[in-house]
Amino acid sequence: MQLALIALFPLAGAVLPLIAIRAGRNACTFVTAAVSSIALLILLANAPAVFGGATVRSGTDWVPALGLSFRFFLDGLGLFFATMILVIGLLVIVYSRFYLDRDDPMGRFFAFLLLFQGAMLGIVTSDNILLLVVFWELTSLSSFLLIGYWSHLPEGRQGARMALIVTGGGGLLLMAGMLLLGQAAGSYELTEVLQRGDAIKASPLYVPILLLVLGAAFTKSAQFPFHFWLPHAMAAPTPVSAYLHSATMVKAGVFLLARLWPVLSGTELWFAIVATTGLVTMLIGAWIALFKDDLKGILAHSTVSHLGLMTMLLGFGTRTAVIACMFHILNHATFKASLFMSAGIVDHETGTRSLRKLGGLARLMPISAVLALIAAASMAGVPLFNGFLSKEMMLEAAAETSVFGSVWIVPAAATLGALLSVAYSARFAVSTYLGRPRAALTKHPHDPPFGMWAPVAALVIPVVAIGLAPQLIAGAVVERTALAVVGAATLDFHPLAIWHGFTGPLLMSGIALAGGLALLLLHTPLETLRHALPRPDAKAMFDAVIAASVRAARWSIRRLHNDSLPRYLAVITLTILAVGSAGFVTGRHDAGLRAMLPVNLPAAVAWILLIAASVAVMLFHVHRLLTLILSSVVGLIVSLTFMQFSAPDLALTQISVEVVTVILLLLALNLLPKITPAEPRLGRKLRDVALAGGGGLGAAALAYAVMTRDLGSISDFYLAESKPSGGGTNVVNVILVDFRGFDTFGEIIVLCIAALVIYALLSSALEGAAARRLDAMRQRNDSADAHPLVLVVAARVLLPLAITVGVYIFLRGHNQPGGGFIAGLVVATAIIMQFMASGYAWSAEQRRIDGHRLLGAGVLIAAATGIGALLFGHPFLTSSFVYVPVPLIGDVELATAILFDIGVFLTVVGTVVLSLSQISRVERRAKRTPAPVGPSDIPLVPRAPLQPRPAAPSAQEG
Amino acid sequence: MEILVASGIGVLTMVGLYLVLSRHSFPVIIGTTFLSYAVNLFLFAMGRLSIDKAPIITKGVTDYTDPLPQALVLTAIVISFGMTALVVVLALRGFLETGTERLENGEAHRRARARKAERR
Repeated sequence: MQLALIALFPLAGAVLPLIAIRAGRNACTFVTAAVSSIALLILLANAPAVFGGATVRSGTDWVPALGLSFRFFLDGLGLFFATMILVIGLLVIVYSRFYLDRDDPMGRFFAFLLLFQGAMLGIVTSDNILLLVVFWELTSLSSFLLIGYWSHLPEGRQGARMALIVTGGGGLLLMAGMLLLGQAAGSYELTEVLQRGDAIKASPLYVPILLLVLGAAFTKSAQFPFHFWLPHAMAAPTPVSAYLHSATMVKAGVFLLARLWPVLSGTELWFAIVATTGLVTMLIGAWIALFKDDLKGILAHSTVSHLGLMTMLLGFGTRTAVIACMFHILNHATFKASLFMSAGIVDHETGTRSLRKLGGLARLMPISAVLALIAAASMAGVPLFNGFLSKEMMLEAAAETSVFGSVWIVPAAATLGALLSVAYSARFAVSTYLGRPRAALTKHPHDPPFGMWAPVAALVIPVVAIGLAPQLIAGAVVERTALAVVGAATLDFHPLAIWHGFTGPLLMSGIALAGGLALLLLHTPLETLRHALPRPDAKAMFDAVIAASVRAARWSIRRLHNDSLPRYLAVITLTILAVGSAGFVTGRHDAGLRAMLPVNLPAAVAWILLIAASVAVMLFHVHRLLTLILSSVVGLIVSLTFMQFSAPDLALTQISVEVVTVILLLLALNLLPKITPAEPRLGRKLRDVALAGGGGLGAAALAYAVMTRDLGSISDFYLAESKPSGGGTNVVNVILVDFRGFDTFGEIIVLCIAALVIYALLSSALEGAAARRLDAMRQRNDSADAHPLVLVVAARVLLPLAITVGVYIFLRGHNQPGGGFIAGLVVATAIIMQFMASGYAWSAEQRRIDGHRLLGAGVLIAAATGIGALLFGHPFLTSSFVYVPVPLIGDVELATAILFDIGVFLTVVGTVVLSLSQISRVERRAKRTPAPVGPSDIPLVPRAPLQPRPAAPSAQEG
Repeated sequence: MEILVASGIGVLTMVGLYLVLSRHSFPVIIGTTFLSYAVNLFLFAMGRLSIDKAPIITKGVTDYTDPLPQALVLTAIVISFGMTALVVVLALRGFLETGTERLENGEAHRRARARKAERR
């Protein structure tokens, strides 16, 4: 049976309650319970194999390169926890049906609950430690949703946020710890990691691994000093507390410690940290629990205390302690979950959870009271209930432990913990159910409906049954679980028994019971004592830390993100410079050995021109038109450079792009200010010059260093295969349309997106503030000669010529310099010339196809060519070609790559035409002259003196 | 020749960076075109310089320059046009919308914002 389903079923099933709630609350509960039950059935189907001693594994690879796999396994420990999660989950689901109010969105509650259940099951069954981290974080997220379920309550929101920050932060520690653990172990599969305990303990990474993993476990299991989030999480609905904060989520930390016990335990460091933290947490939790008046507050701190007890047992590092810990996990889950549910019943029936108001409920609600009293007795460790047995075993393990050469410290502290536990349990039971009511209650309490107390009863039955016949009921489970924890084939397992004779632990138990009851009588003076002692408020500290980090974040945002693009770019440039310089300083600086090419005269002249134009741009860049002209000089020299160094395709592309870019910038400049305000601050100028100079120096040095070294290239393949398999002799073009056609396909899509964004940006520019500004420009920007006759005629004559040239360049592209990109630019330039010469409106009228269609057609043709290859069983964009004999001309090559190139051509034309025509359209709004009405705007008769424009042109033109 | 090309790349980078750090949008656009020149030349130079060895397969010729950087640069040139066009239009729309080309707010405006953030 697939183990993955155990976790995935509840995760996927989380959508069902949201749908089922439409059919009513009972249907919703039923569906949720059914999901859990199916997961439980799958789990139990594997139980016989696990009890036979086998480890069930299943799953598959996920991201093998990262060591991440989707594998699950089930052994005694996993089975134990998974059963607990599912069984208590089912009881909580039934209980919630009656607990939740009519106004509470039940579908959402059960959806969150199933999400959490799936995540928890994932933790306890993952075989891969990275997968475990994923589920671990999922429990933090889903518990956040559950704790904050009543999102209208501020305590709910704050408690949820605090739990998320603490446990989510612990999850980050876990991720780091697991990555290191995988490195130290050489595998990320848990089953393999567990075999390599000795190698991990010997590894230098052991200490960081231990600290990180313990950080995760302690935050999740609310160990001191991270214990503060659990009481605040009590703002959650009580079923959530019963489920998450007694039986499941907080036990995940203990589970992690148990799971990695064979790998991490047994060292002095482990004992020192884990046992001490557990002991301290046990005492602090119990001490605070004694003074809480809120029922759930007592239970929360008691849970903290019991979790400390479990952590301490694991910290001892002995096998007897592990057995005691596993037994106590089972017992604690039963009595604590039932106590939480009982507290919920009290809250539900009386409207309060305060011990100061409650009392005497035993007479009003006898069934619930009996159940709660039994569970509380078990929590106190009264004989004949299950809590007594595991507490006895804990005391026994503590009695065997010595620290600092003293055999007294640990047993004494453990007895004190047990004593406090008796005291608060007794206070909980006595103040709630015995005596008489302390305050007038608004409601008249009575026993809740059967569905609400039945789950409590279902948990109290094992409390009594295990207490009376421990070995019969729980012996096999505890032994199997402990075997899995220690990772051994056999275990020195004494049958669980009630009576061991008169032993040390029995004496300690007796002291605890008597002392605890005595302590209860001293409660009032003790409370005075507690008020006299310093009581650090964890929430205030937590809030202070959060507030400080928010302030630090705000401060750094203000520093870095100060509304200044120049500042950001300066920071980026500086960072790149710093990184580059660091690399340069620490690297080697041998001179390159490649022979240099001799300088020739034209190159020297071009270089001088380039430097002169560049420096002039730097000096005079406030004059924008001049800058534009100078930069086109630079562009021209760049394209000559390509020409010089055997790159005719690049030269052609560069020069045609240059033309289009200059036209574009001219069009834009027409609407923008013609002068850039000069930078007044000298310091800033110097800073910019220094940054720019540093960057330039770096780029030059890098380029020089590379060019003077020899090259190992993969291009021999392209040169050799261009003709035989690509069918063309222009290798650059064959690479573009064939070998790396997928890249080119991506490029034309980028072009398309750019064109569409431009269209979107400008299509709305004729409304609102932009339109008013354009209107204002219209009055300023008067030009007498909008469309000079010479330009109009020249452009008309050029159009067919340019299109012919474009077609020629396109057709020869596969074998000679040329191709779709260049041809597209040439044709686009010719079309744009019409806009320039005759205005937008005239050209728009003449044009039969618009930019959008060109773009769409281009990409679709290119894609269809690629998909065509798929139809013939070749990979996407594989090209093929045939030679067709044509009389007189000879063999003519027909290649599918030509089709692809047509797509490129159309996209380029579409992009250029669409973007530039959009700009001219906006420009027209600012123009003085009325839109021409005829086919040409060359007037045959001199136009009458300017007349006032009738109205603003509509925004819908074009 | 390599020195000329390398120093040319350096100067183009310098002008590009200088203009990009400017406080107004138009010089930044010109700056990006200069940076595009520099980067395209730089990428092209990664295939090393050679003269009269165009990668057009011809009978009897065995020595060609590296075609791969050329193919990469060819698309890069076209894409940088697309980028320039987009940035120009962004700047244009921004100017039409706000009436200013400035890329940073003044000191006074910044301080006011900071004060507002403190109060929050």
